[in-house]
Amino acid sequence: MYWDLFVSFWKIGTFTIGGGYVMIPIMEREVVDRRKWLSHEEFLDNLSLSQAMPGVFAVNMATCIGHRLGGFRGVIAAIAGNILMPITIILFLAISFRLFRDNVFVEHVFMGLRPAVVALIATPVFRMAKQARITWSTLWIPVVSALLIWLFGVSPVWVILAAIVGGLLYGTYSAKHKGSVSSEGKGSVE
Amino acid sequence: MILLQLFWTFLKIGIFTFGGGYSMVALIQNEVVEKHQWMTSCEFTDILAISQMTPGPMGINTATYAGYTAVVNSGLPVWEGVVGSLLASLAVIILPVIVMMIVYGYLSHHRDNPVVDMMFRILRITVVGLIAAAALLLLSEESFGVPGLNKQFIVSVVLFAAVFSLSYFKRTNPILLIVVSGIVGGIIYSF
Repeated sequence: MYWDLFVSFWKIGTFTIGGGYVMIPIMEREVVDRRKWLSHEEFLDNLSLSQAMPGVFAVNMATCIGHRLGGFRGVIAAIAGNILMPITIILFLAISFRLFRDNVFVEHVFMGLRPAVVALIATPVFRMAKQARITWSTLWIPVVSALLIWLFGVSPVWVILAAIVGGLLYGTYSAKHKGSVSSEGKGSVE
Repeated sequence: MILLQLFWTFLKIGIFTFGGGYSMVALIQNEVVEKHQWMTSCEFTDILAISQMTPGPMGINTATYAGYTAVVNSGLPVWEGVVGSLLASLAVIILPVIVMMIVYGYLSHHRDNPVVDMMFRILRITVVGLIAAAALLLLSEESFGVPGLNKQFIVSVVLFAAVFSLSYFKRTNPILLIVVSGIVGGIIYSF
């Protein structure tokens, strides 16, 4: 069982390039369709929990599924499998890249891909803004957060803490004053 | 000493990451470039490029690579860099994993709590600002060249605009975009 967990998550970690969300369909095929460890609904439940909780999404998924199947040892097996290859590959590249860094051609290649990387960081800003369903009344939250971090050097840690405290306080307030606030109660932020 | 600092820093990064790899990148950037100045913004951008192109979760890849670079940049030998990278990767996952194991049973039954729900909603909105700040901080002379009518800046702006449009509107594969930009840079700047 532990070995199966390790192997499955090894595959998921090794053959998905480009971050956690690319892993979702591959993970689902592996743990739902092939291994039948979870039903599709359970998979979706774990997915939403892993997205909500802090940390790396793929590792959270590995924790959920490992925990369910094999308790603490299952968690270790799934996570170890998931991150083994990525860490090995990165270490290999990190060590060898230092040898080529001063090569003129390598520097030219990186001069080309740096603006591309920045653009790829800018893309999820707009995509996630849509998914988070930001309205005119909540637009100030990301804008003020970004300005505090960008211009005033405030640590994102404080911004996240403020969001947690603010969210809990506002949630308590609106629960008291408007009865129940459903997850679709978007109009409540006014 | 730097190893301890590194471990503590990445513990913080792990537990304050909400909403996926890009928000972790924002936190890592703030800690290792802005606050501790373990590396330049340019080095960090290079790390991001490699982390996006290699297998595995981007947050883990960036943490591993940044941990290594921070230690080696401070003049320590390669093997301590390896230790640093392993510490950073471990630190970044350990607290979230503990939290996950604690709440797993509980949250599956209390999902509909409106207060918790509101907290996560505000967090999702806030994270957008975090990533925006990271992108703004990366829009630097180091990555784009000095603004003006010079070759590097013009090429950089064109590449930025092209990659952004393709990835946002066409959802072109990011790895392909990075590889093509690298090839374009290699050709344009070498001749």
